[in-house]
Amino acid sequence: MEAYKKHESIAALMRRSNVDTDQIIPKQFLKKVERSGFGKHLFHDWRFNEDGSDNTDFELNKAAFKGAKVLVVGDNFGCGSSREHAPWAIEDYGFNTIISTSYADIFYNNCFKNSILPIVATKEQLAKLMDEVDANEGLSFTVDLENQELITPAGNGFKFEVDAFRKENLIKGLDDIGLTLEQTDFIDQYETKHKQDFPWLWA
Amino acid sequence: MKKTMYEKIWDSHFVVEASGQAPLLYVDRHLMHEVTSPQAFEGLRNSKRKVRNPHSILATMDHCVPTKNRDLPIADPIAKKQIETMADNCEENGLNLYDMKNPNNGVIHIVVPEHGFVHPGMIVVCGDSHTATHGAFGALAFGIGTSEVEHVMATQTLPQKKSKTMLVQIDGELSKYASAKDIALAITGKIGTAGGTGHVIEYAGTAITKLSMEGRMTLCNMAIEAGARAGLVAPDQKTYDYLKGREFAPSGDNWDKALAYWKSLPTDDGAEYDTTITLNATDIEPQVTWGTSPEQVTGITNIIPAPEDFADEIKSQACKDALNYMGLEAHTKITDIPVDLIFIGSCTNGRIEDFRIAAEVAKGTKVADNVTAIAVPGSYHVKKQAEDEGLDKIFTEAGWEWREPGCSMCLAMNGDELTVGQRSASTSNRNFEGRQGKGGRTHLVSPAMAAAAASAGHFVDIRTL
Repeated sequence: MEAYKKHESIAALMRRSNVDTDQIIPKQFLKKVERSGFGKHLFHDWRFNEDGSDNTDFELNKAAFKGAKVLVVGDNFGCGSSREHAPWAIEDYGFNTIISTSYADIFYNNCFKNSILPIVATKEQLAKLMDEVDANEGLSFTVDLENQELITPAGNGFKFEVDAFRKENLIKGLDDIGLTLEQTDFIDQYETKHKQDFPWLWA
Repeated sequence: MKKTMYEKIWDSHFVVEASGQAPLLYVDRHLMHEVTSPQAFEGLRNSKRKVRNPHSILATMDHCVPTKNRDLPIADPIAKKQIETMADNCEENGLNLYDMKNPNNGVIHIVVPEHGFVHPGMIVVCGDSHTATHGAFGALAFGIGTSEVEHVMATQTLPQKKSKTMLVQIDGELSKYASAKDIALAITGKIGTAGGTGHVIEYAGTAITKLSMEGRMTLCNMAIEAGARAGLVAPDQKTYDYLKGREFAPSGDNWDKALAYWKSLPTDDGAEYDTTITLNATDIEPQVTWGTSPEQVTGITNIIPAPEDFADEIKSQACKDALNYMGLEAHTKITDIPVDLIFIGSCTNGRIEDFRIAAEVAKGTKVADNVTAIAVPGSYHVKKQAEDEGLDKIFTEAGWEWREPGCSMCLAMNGDELTVGQRSASTSNRNFEGRQGKGGRTHLVSPAMAAAAASAGHFVDIRTL
């Protein structure tokens, strides 16, 4: 997994709440057996017209948001299906940071497995960020995960919370499975006891 | 210390908490389908890791499978490759797969309980958010991403953060034709799609204990629609009676040992929950969603709200956007909404009980002009049971299509889908934009309400028929 570094990047804005994973990556793109190449389908049904041309009304098609790595978006982002294709598409499109007031639990977990930092803002903090982007589309935010700080040109940034272990793994780009396998002795011990306590599961 | 059922299951599955890492929980059962697993197998292969416990896994093919002309090759080459990849991966790793031709095939969350593969007190995962279904058995069952699917295959564990607990207490008598589906929708309407975020819900109360196992599965299935990762119902005699004698259920001495353990699982009297919600079952009308989120729902005797009915600015805008997408006017009576297509099926409502009640309503009726109605059993076992009871005849004589099992129109990956502007009455779980086909308009309802809409051509209050 790619290590997450401090960066200054364009912030794109979507004033939408309850954006579900069916919108992030519609189901017709879930048939692939590969992990890559989903970015071109991100927000497909909103992003493209029937004839395949860009829908110029869709926020992310604005020229000012091209190359954005930060996505500022309304409450409860990523609700619905567990599909990891959603963060795969977001990451492949170029985002590595999302800022919202809340995320669906499975989506939130999935982000950390894909070098994406989902920042949780308060309602007031998010409203200010949205207004700041609206007033000056194309501006850049600085995201400093090490210090858990978001910095914006107008001073609407803030310190954010993130689990210590998730932060560590993101900064170092660590493989969760590798870390867990270091605990194999404990897993073996647990399993031995599990077989004694719950023999019917092993019959 | 007094514990909730969730805390008991957590404690009994705790493996270790290494310094600087999240607690590791042991996973008892791992369910799989073709859409969210291929990249996990690829990851295992690339890192030269093995499946730790192949016997913990049960796999099926459900999302992309056709529900008619099953003998023909799958027309969509990408879907065909995904199905073939699933078969190859299961073969390579020695996993139990109910493939498309297997008499046990069906939707994963229908098939797994049929075979008694999930028991009370287990931790169960699947790369599918509707894994919550299995909470009906008092198992902690939740959806995971594909990276976590790989993690569980390699280690039989998952790093987890403890959830908060939410008690949803529902007492009182449900009216005839109000069902578990209506309870699930009413809860989502009350607390919203983010209401349960960070929580595991435990459903309790007289209205819940009265539900059949099928009804409890429908209810827990939609815990995710209220934002909760998992839903739980305490195991009781109904649970034990359902499990007894099934293929993967304990037998002999093991049955007695298991039963004693299962009886220790319900929440201790006096244990505390982080949040408590109460509903009165008597107040729950048959529900119909009118928007593009499961929280945009109301009772059948109501009208569609207007954006100005919501004090919250975001909810007001969401209402406006939803009405625009759905092609509906504010303040229209729910019973005046016409429908084009009826879908009964899915992991939410594709069980035998669902087809029995729908057939009871459909019996002797005719599907309205310009309406298409399809019934898609959740598994081959449900299909056979329904056919043995003559339900398929009731549907076909009323003008319905009786299909082969699969996820079908719940998420429209297999070619069964709405066209632009088409409006469905659907027993599935999500009414998101485009979920049933780009431009399609979905109204979520119970099987009885779907069947009633089929012959009327619009929604009707099933209680008045």
